[in-house]
This record gives sequence, structure tokens and C-alpha cells, in this order.
Amino acid sequence: MNIKEVLTAKENQKLFLLGNEAAVRGALEAGVGLASTYPGTPSSEIGDVFSKLAEDAGIYFEFSTNEKVALEVAASAAASGVRSFTFMKHVGVNVASDSLMSAVYTGVEAGMVILSADDPSMFSSQNEQDNRHYARLANMPMVEPSSPEEIQKLMGYSFELSEQFKLPVLMRTTTRVSHMRGVVETGKVEPGATKGFFKRDPQRFVPVPATAMIMHKNLVQKMEELRKLSNSSELNKIYRRNGKVGIVTSGGAFNYVMDAVHENDLNVDVLKVTLTHPFPDELLLEFINDLDAVVVVEEVDPIMEREVLSILGRNGIDMVVHGKLDHTMPMIYEYTPNIILGMLETVLNQEFPQQNVSISSIPIPERPPTLCPGCPHRSVYYSVKNAVKSLGLTDVIYPTDIGCYTLGITSPYDAADYLLSMGSSIGTSCGFSKATNQSVVCFIGDSTFFHAGIPPLINAVHNKDRFVLVILDNRTTAMTGGQPHPGLPVDGMGWEAPEISIDAIVEAAGVKFVRKINPMNIKKSNETLIEALEFDGVSVVISQHPCMLTKGSRSKKVQLEVNQEKCDDCLICLEKLACTAIYKDDKSKVRIDPKLCNGCNVCVQVCPERAIRVKK
Amino acid sequence: MKSYSIYISGVGGQGIIKTSTVMGEAAMKTELPVVMSEVHGMAQRGGSVSTELKIGDNYSPIIELGSADLLISFEPVEALRAVPKISNESFVILNTNPIYPFNLSESGVTYPDVEEVLIELDKKASKIYALDADKIARESGHPLSMNMVMLGAAAAVEGFPIEKETIINSMKANLPEKSLEINLKAFNTGFSFVESSNNS
Repeated sequence: MNIKEVLTAKENQKLFLLGNEAAVRGALEAGVGLASTYPGTPSSEIGDVFSKLAEDAGIYFEFSTNEKVALEVAASAAASGVRSFTFMKHVGVNVASDSLMSAVYTGVEAGMVILSADDPSMFSSQNEQDNRHYARLANMPMVEPSSPEEIQKLMGYSFELSEQFKLPVLMRTTTRVSHMRGVVETGKVEPGATKGFFKRDPQRFVPVPATAMIMHKNLVQKMEELRKLSNSSELNKIYRRNGKVGIVTSGGAFNYVMDAVHENDLNVDVLKVTLTHPFPDELLLEFINDLDAVVVVEEVDPIMEREVLSILGRNGIDMVVHGKLDHTMPMIYEYTPNIILGMLETVLNQEFPQQNVSISSIPIPERPPTLCPGCPHRSVYYSVKNAVKSLGLTDVIYPTDIGCYTLGITSPYDAADYLLSMGSSIGTSCGFSKATNQSVVCFIGDSTFFHAGIPPLINAVHNKDRFVLVILDNRTTAMTGGQPHPGLPVDGMGWEAPEISIDAIVEAAGVKFVRKINPMNIKKSNETLIEALEFDGVSVVISQHPCMLTKGSRSKKVQLEVNQEKCDDCLICLEKLACTAIYKDDKSKVRIDPKLCNGCNVCVQVCPERAIRVKK
Repeated sequence: MKSYSIYISGVGGQGIIKTSTVMGEAAMKTELPVVMSEVHGMAQRGGSVSTELKIGDNYSPIIELGSADLLISFEPVEALRAVPKISNESFVILNTNPIYPFNLSESGVTYPDVEEVLIELDKKASKIYALDADKIARESGHPLSMNMVMLGAAAAVEGFPIEKETIINSMKANLPEKSLEINLKAFNTGFSFVESSNNS
């Protein structure tokens, strides 16, 4: 399928779509006029697809500088009568949350959908927080799709619901649903309004104490009406199989439950909750009427389980509730079909025919993700380590940030000592500078710098901290697949855009030591980094070289090889630079894999014997 | 219909997601229900990658342990990593060309001989089709057509639920036109390899 078909496919076609692609199709069918995001896995492909289609669809899409801005762009569009969609990874909602908590007070005019892509088992995240809590914290309705098809269908529903209650709607997915591919039957794409009109109404849109008092009251009333709706909504569905045990489930976990029930032909009733907040209390009572026990199957936190317990308690019903709290289900990580099968065997006291599962008797070498061959981050880490060594510095602290360069956590770089969140490299360096006498060198990527690096940098200068900040400017948002950011001459629509200069921002923040290096030039990088380390104050080194995955940045024409006559097996290239293209062959000779080598020339510079050369 | 489960494993950058999508779209075109799971993100930076595909009436694309009908492994040790998904009724297609993990020297684990891997897989599965798919790809005209060699091999396996022609049509809809000829050659060579192994 050509990705353009997400837009161009006519009505009643079948497409094999990724959950994230289905989100775009659903939004287009719902007449979305504006979409905004900051890229983050597992939500990244939604933005990638919008970026390719928005112009043809006649709608507006942007990669905002961060999730808070993305949410604000979407909220004000919805307040102006334009249907808006903002989407982010789970931790992105933390960044957006300050405005989110008010956006539910002010409400919307046209529909607004916020998609949070949670990451149970942390395939590519720093935590596995369960963002269903946000629906409760903010007081907003929430839907949880189980498949690409449901994502598409729920998009239209969510916009309608949002307009009906004048509230943003949270759609919570998980990695397995966002990255699930399934058959989606298309509806009709509705051209959405991209321009509305903002009707001034400070009583409604400006939460100050006096107005917020009223807004909160209205919000609570809306949620009470939504509770009634949740009880009668067709989205919350009971599957009866004449069981004495019933399962309450939602999202991706529902799929495992249904497969287990069908494959083993079990007499187990299932309540699929899709409009999961407000929780359908009366429907639950109906569901459990003839049951002896309930199991709650949800990822990650025991949220519905506590709802069920509180509803039973309030109604004086004495019934066994299995879930995470009684340790029937694991408290953390994503579920699997086998976890569900194991639970059902325990709860039903029954054995299912299961396959014998074996493991390899041969030890399997791990294959962790790593920096690409020719990656500029590797060269910077190599130079920083050398600069630190040549100054005889010990116990240096390396606060790091979110991006490919977090892979600097691995040996031999060992260049990641402390990480909290986007932008935390600089903020935590301020603290280390104040609370220790150790040298501090922190790393942040270009996109992350724009996202959350500027306020802490200003903090550092104003509060007279002392550390080295290395900005790893590889001219893209690499980890999430290469999206543009404000430092590039192109925007999310693919249109020409003003480049925002990192150097100018750093200088304007009052930094007195600002230098630019090409990290592929090892000698010069080393000299500059020594100077930066000696500077008494905040010193900033901007390391600029395009990501090797960017088109045209590989110098594949140059093939490097090791001259075996000159090589004295010092292994600096293999053990200190540790480029993945360099390896030892079965005769213990150092070699360069021509399939992997990107010809970056860095190993040529680090070899003391000058044994690495261009292959003729 | 009886459900058919395919587990595909390999290393980031080998074209695993594309291969799976071609298969899934082909299943859809045949009116077969199909669901698939992909791994994106951090796993792509040279790490292990897998996709799971279930054809039939299923809600979840995640294959229960020990129940994959077919394992397509693009790399030898990645096949070993996938062993918990297969049973002694499974078929395995293995690309015998190893990709050594970058941290092998410090990991304390040696990379096993491919012969050893084959012996191990033979104990765990019903039938193994082992081929140097990288070599076939190069001979077909481009090293990147390796994934289509593997796809062709899969299409020839007994019990595989999608017709060869349907897959070829799906390839046409999903691959760049200029590389189609090479990809078809790679596909057909993979197909013939399994077909002739079955006949011999």
C-alpha cells in the first residue's frame, strides 16, 4: 500500500493499517482540521503520516516544539471551532499536563481528541506510567481501543462526544495497539474546517479563581452525565457465555482474553469496557448479577479493579475480585496471551491443552540496540572521554537526555549517568554543579534542546553554574524516525520554514563560552572540549553533523580497510571507538565490515599506527 | 478456518516489517482475516526485531508460546531467540548468514556455529529450510532483496495459506517499481528452493 492511500482510499475499501495509520484515517473521516504533535514512540507514525498527507488533505499539521505547545495549539483551534487532534507518547502528556488540566475547565467548541500512546513493558520509554490516571486527574472522558479498526471508528465517536460535552476526549492506546496492523474498512473522508472564529468569552476561557470555581462545578456535572452515558453506551459491551466467572477488560488485553475464551471454548463472560472513564458502574452491576467471581484484566495499573471494588463495596456485594491487587495478575509490564491463559487455568481450576514450550539449549548472545556505524554521537563521546582523561579529571558526572545518544549508556562510552526526562540533562547539571564539586558534562540532542532545554540553560547561566553542555545537533529528531524540528528549514507540512539558530539562543541566554565543532574531526573536537572543560562557568559545545540515517549523509563511496601490516593490535578502534563496523575476524585480525562501514573516517583518525586507509 | 501463525525474526534493517506487510495485505486481498504486530522504535537501532502475523479468526496478533506454524528467521541466532514460539510441529525457514552482535567480544557468549544452530532447530521444529538468502539476493541483483528470498521460501511451504500469485500482486503494490524485477527474481528463487527441497 502506498501511504497516500490513508487519505485517497475511497469509502468501503479495505486497508491493512497500522493502529497509528488508522488514527490518521479516522481523524480525516471525522473532519479534523488541525493536528499537532511532538514525536514519540509508540505514537510517532501518526505524525509521519499526517506530515505526508496534510497538504493534500487540505488540513494543517505541525510538529510542535513540545507536547505542551502541541496541546495548546490544538486546544485553541478547538476553542475557535476547528476540530483538532493532538497525539503524543505517554510521557509527553506529562509535559502537556499543565495546560491539559485547564483545557478541561475551559472546554472546547469543536471536537478535540488527545491520544496518549502508552508503552507497557517500555519498548522505547523511560517508564511505563499508566495514563488512564490522567482521565481521572483531569476529569475527562476516555476511550480505549483494542485494534486499528477500533481506533479508526472511535476517532469519529470521540469528536462527536467531545462536541456534545464541550470537553476534550482522551484516547488511550498501548504499544501493542498502536503498532498492531489489521484490516480497516474505510468510511468517507470529510473535508474539515481549517479556519474557525474565536468568540471572546472570558467567563468561559479564562480560568482565574472566580471563573474557575464555576468551571470546576460545571466539569463535575458533565462527568456525572458522562457516567450515565457510559452505562448505556454501546461501546461498553457484555459478551455472555453462561459463565460463573466474568472478566472485565479493556484495550489490548481484551484481545488476549477473547482469544483464550474462544480457543478453549470457556464458559466465561466478558465485559469489554471501551468508554472506560467514567467507568460504567450500573453496567458492571448488571454484568456480575449471575456471577460468582470477577477478574479484572487491564494494563498497567489496577485502575478498573479499584473501580470494581468500590462499586461492589458501595452496593454491599460480597464477591471475589481477582486482579493485580490479589496477585492473580502481574502488577507491572504488558500482558501476553500466556499470562491470560495461566490466569484462567488458576481461576477456573482447569487445565487447557497447551503446547510444550522449550528454549534454546545453546546460549544466545544478546543483541541490544546501538549507535549506527558512522554515528556522530560516538565520535563526540570518544572525544569527551579523551579530553576528560587528558585533563586528569575523575568522577565526572554525565547527565544525559532523551534520544539516540542515551545509548551512550553502554560501554565503552559510559556517558550516561543520570536521566529523568526530556531536558533534564541541563536542569540536573545545575543541581550537580551546586551540590557537588565534581566536573559535569551533559548531553542533549537538538530537538530535545528546543523541546525542554532552553529554560534550564537560562537557569544555569543566571544561577552561575559550572558545567559543560554538549548539544548533539544531528539536524533531525533521529530516535523517532527523523522528523524535522525548529532548527531545520522545513516544517511538518513539508513547507519551507525559518531555521531557528541554536547558537543564537545559547548566546542570547548569556552563555560566555560557545563553540561549534564537527565531531568527525577528532583532533579539533578534543582541543575545543578541553577548553570547555577548563572554562569557569557554563560552556556550550555545539557538535554539528547530520545523522547517518539522513539521506545523503553517508559517504558510502569511501570504503575503509585495515592495513594488516601496520596494525599492531592496540585495539583502540575496536575497544575505545567501538564502531559497530569494526570487528575481529576468526584469526583475531581487526577488520572493517564493508556492509556496515559508512566511510565516516573517524577510525582513520583514532588509529595511532595510521593503519586504516581508504580501500582502492 | 484453522488459524495460521507466522513469527518473523531478525535484525533491525533487514526488511522484516515490509515482508510481513506484503504477506498481511496478500491475506487481506484473499478475504482472510489477518492481524499483525510490529516492533518499532528503540529496537530498530541494530537490535533484535520481530513481527507476528496471525491469519484466521483472532483478536490478538501475539502468538502464544509454542504455537507458531511457521518461523521465518532472517538470521541464525535470532531463530534461537524465537524457539519458545515454535513447537515440534513448526516449519522453519532460516537465512544462514550470521550478523554478529556488536558487543559480542565483551558479552562472554560466543556466537554459535550455524551447523550447531541447525542441529538445535532440528530438535525443536518439524522441518527446517536453510538457505543463504543474502547470497541469493546478491545473485538476484541486489543485497536488499534478501527479504523477498525469505518471502518466496515461505510461500512454498506446505500449508502456507496464501497463494503465490496473490503475494506477487501484493509485492507489486508495496515495492518500488524500479526494483520489482530484482525482487521478483529473489522471490522466485526462494520459492524454488523450498519447492525443490520438498520434491527431493
